[in-house]
Amino acid sequence: MSKVLIPRSLEQLWQLQAENKDNAVFAGGTDLLVKIRAGKPAPKALICLDRLDELKTITELPYEIALGAAVTPAQVLASPLIKNHFPVLNEALRHLGSPHIRNMGSLGGNIMTASPAGDSLPPLYVLQAAVELQSAAGTRKLQLKDFIRGPGQTQILQGEILSRIIIPKEPVFSHHFFEKVGLRQALAIAVVSLAALYNLDSKQTVSAIRLAWGSLGPTVVVQPEVEQFLLGKPLTTTRLTAAADLLKQRIEPISDIRAGADYRRRVAGNLLKRLNPNER
Amino acid sequence: MLLQFNLNGKDIELETRSDRRVIDLLREDLNLTGSKEACGAGECGACTIIVNGTTRLACLMLAAQLEGCRVLTIEGLGGPDANQLHPLQKAFIEGGAVQCGFCTPGMLLTANALLQKNPAPSASQIREAISGNLCRCTGYQKIIESIQLAANAKPGEE
Repeated sequence: MSKVLIPRSLEQLWQLQAENKDNAVFAGGTDLLVKIRAGKPAPKALICLDRLDELKTITELPYEIALGAAVTPAQVLASPLIKNHFPVLNEALRHLGSPHIRNMGSLGGNIMTASPAGDSLPPLYVLQAAVELQSAAGTRKLQLKDFIRGPGQTQILQGEILSRIIIPKEPVFSHHFFEKVGLRQALAIAVVSLAALYNLDSKQTVSAIRLAWGSLGPTVVVQPEVEQFLLGKPLTTTRLTAAADLLKQRIEPISDIRAGADYRRRVAGNLLKRLNPNER
Repeated sequence: MLLQFNLNGKDIELETRSDRRVIDLLREDLNLTGSKEACGAGECGACTIIVNGTTRLACLMLAAQLEGCRVLTIEGLGGPDANQLHPLQKAFIEGGAVQCGFCTPGMLLTANALLQKNPAPSASQIREAISGNLCRCTGYQKIIESIQLAANAKPGEE
């Protein structure tokens, strides 16, 4: 039995955390409550961040866009700011859970769960997002790729919360790509996903590219050598097939209830080939 | 805790455990058994309710989260008169959208939230909107047609 506490300000949150050492924070509860029901020991206090207005806004800054950690996927999808600047994030969140889960869950929660299959993670990696961690003592900022250590593991410290996700507006990429392969369309946990950002120059050759695969390893998988291999060349089927072969040699995919490593390896390569619109 | 919220148009107040799941609060404490529980893990939509105008899952909410909220369950969809049916309910009956009926309350509330935002949805918008509500009987086609039927019905038309 836990008591549920709902702070209305950050001040109140720090106080409640100090008074209730055995606590867990949550926003939507779409991960935490499922885990508790499945047998994870419930802490004495469950602190709900859903009514902290500070954590519920999407703000445009001069060089960045800051998303409060309790912003729901539905809120992100409805934001013209995100649609304009970060279509890759918009596209990924369209495939997160179901409409109800997108109304309830939070972007911060998707990061904190740090699932290998977290749908927001590959787009946030290629966008080089940073996370802002706040506690009664102050604020620190980490790159998302440094913050997530493994499945369910982050660099968060006792007494800290993830307060904002900060995404730089530049460099601008003309092409944003996200695709997820799951076992069904809605409510599917990714078997493999790929987020890609790239620019093509006047000769249609790749002048910049960032790739990140979800659900392939314990955390998001990046492959600088594959990116390097595609730079300066057009995204032809031949080139992408060769890049996919390089990728398949270099990765050690996870194997779980949804798919084996061999299948994941093949799907990861096939997703890469789909960067060529003729292959879709 | 003492919990206050608006349920189907009425302000109510009750004493409950703050971590009581909303689905249990509704079904067991308030005898509103229209909301169903199937998976208990946010994957089926049988327990869909509407909180402050958006759909949420009663199996993944705790009582304390309802404080001060406006909650609509299937019992309140037709309005204050319990014998009155909502146009969507009439359309589901007319269109044969109900077989075993277990998904129906969640489907109706999800469809209601959709039509509030988008009074004339396309079939693909309807499919997207109900993608979090599983139905194991109908194959969805008659549900989709019935939602279109309700959307096309003019207000007040029987």
